[in-house]
Amino acid sequence: MDLETQTSRVQRMEDKTAVVFADDYLNKLTGEKIERECRLRLNEGCTELVVNFSRTEIVNSIGVSILLGVIDSASNAGANVVFSDVNENTVELFEMLGVSKHALVNSKS
Amino acid sequence: MSENANKLIHTFGALAELGHEVTNKSNFQDTIRTSLHLLLGSLAIMRGGVARYSRFEHELNMLAVRGLGDEFPLSFSLCDEDERQFLTNGLYPIEISKAGVLPFFQVHDQTFDPAKLQLLLPLVIRDETVGVVFLGEKATGEPYTDYDKEIICAMGRHIGGAIAQRNMLSELERRSDENRKLYENLRTTYSDTVKAFAAAIDCKDKYTEGHSVRVGKYSEIIGAELGWGEDEVEGAAVAGYLHDVGKLTVERKIINAPYRINAKESAELNKHPAVGYEILLPIHHPYTDVPLAAKYHHERLDGRGYPDGLYDREIPYIAKIVNLADSFDAMTTDRPYKRRRPANEVFEDLQRNSGKQFAPEIVAALFRGLLKELNGESGEKRFRKLLGREYMETEGLAPMLKNSLNGMTPTSPLTMISLD
Ligand SMILES: [Fe+2]
Repeated sequence: MDLETQTSRVQRMEDKTAVVFADDYLNKLTGEKIERECRLRLNEGCTELVVNFSRTEIVNSIGVSILLGVIDSASNAGANVVFSDVNENTVELFEMLGVSKHALVNSKS
Repeated sequence: MSENANKLIHTFGALAELGHEVTNKSNFQDTIRTSLHLLLGSLAIMRGGVARYSRFEHELNMLAVRGLGDEFPLSFSLCDEDERQFLTNGLYPIEISKAGVLPFFQVHDQTFDPAKLQLLLPLVIRDETVGVVFLGEKATGEPYTDYDKEIICAMGRHIGGAIAQRNMLSELERRSDENRKLYENLRTTYSDTVKAFAAAIDCKDKYTEGHSVRVGKYSEIIGAELGWGEDEVEGAAVAGYLHDVGKLTVERKIINAPYRINAKESAELNKHPAVGYEILLPIHHPYTDVPLAAKYHHERLDGRGYPDGLYDREIPYIAKIVNLADSFDAMTTDRPYKRRRPANEVFEDLQRNSGKQFAPEIVAALFRGLLKELNGESGEKRFRKLLGREYMETEGLAPMLKNSLNGMTPTSPLTMISLD
């Protein structure tokens, strides 16, 4: 699946919630696409941004930086951020680094 | 696993990746952007930026920025005091509360949002400031620990190293660019000087006006036709332009004599190759021995030329080319005592003298060049400009040249004898 189709894989939900899939390229420079995608949704007036981690095994430093960028954009727009389907290791990482202070983290159940 | 161990793995992962990023040959801008991500992500720092310092312009220019806001300046002017402070501080983070001593910081005090900026890291590499890293608050909201600062220094060293390396490359590129321009200038000057010289030589000889320039051009065409490279072809042209430079010392009345000159005058005139050689000795053309071309442009393959009566392989190749170009021009232009000869007669003569006076493959090269132009294959009109339209339109010229080319042996009879 190419990048274009992956990033545009955004499900529109009621109440101005947008879901963006993090996937694995979150951990590379190409992950900046996710940030752009999120900013686009925020500009469209989305008030809750859901980043789905169901297809993300691991989050590295680049990934963390990009997610902090998403959090910053959302906070500037007055929107909430939810990280959903996050695996156990990543939940730990987010807590340790303080990322969880800025977004609601839902672990994989 | 303990939280600390996890943290270590995460940070050292970033450090390792940064080391890899700055050593691989990817795009510099991408390297810096990736490096900033790695630095911010390793300690979960909310925002930051990397600036490169140009010590010539005393300017800090932002290369990558994240979350610092639209008002954050993209460029800062630094003064000597800033630079001094950075060097004294070295590669270690400066708390924003203590950055007030930096003059540039005072200037921008209003634009820096203290809530968004917490540390400044001067990228001092080998006693030189190559940039500055700006860092905002951590996601935890906690202050930076000594451990954090050590990590920031280690990563800053990598980023600074990448910038220093880039600076060195740019400097090298700038210098080689300068050298190239200098060389091109020199080359133009050289070629202009050579042409001016050729014009001066031709001035002396009013009946053979433009002779040197034409010999230069024929030599150039022959060189190209022999498959020589650009520089060698240029060398052939120079040799042609300057071959008669020795005539500058021959008395004007001998050169311009409207009659066949006597033996004494002839001896005087025949000194011009040797005199030319002396004049041209200081010219060091990298691809062609210009002085030797002048010295031996009147030698013949059969040893009946002058000044030294050299045989075939003793004659420098460039001199053989100039010899043919010189003779060809003499035959195809009006002389004080002789009208120019008809084209078919000239080409018959050249073919007949192949292996005696001229090297056959050089004659063939001249014929090929001419034939290509006649057939419109070369897309140029060089011969037409040099010989005139009428001359080029001599009936049956192309078939004749073709026949001659087919009939010409690639090696001269003299060469074959000397091989036995
Ligand atoms: Fe001559």
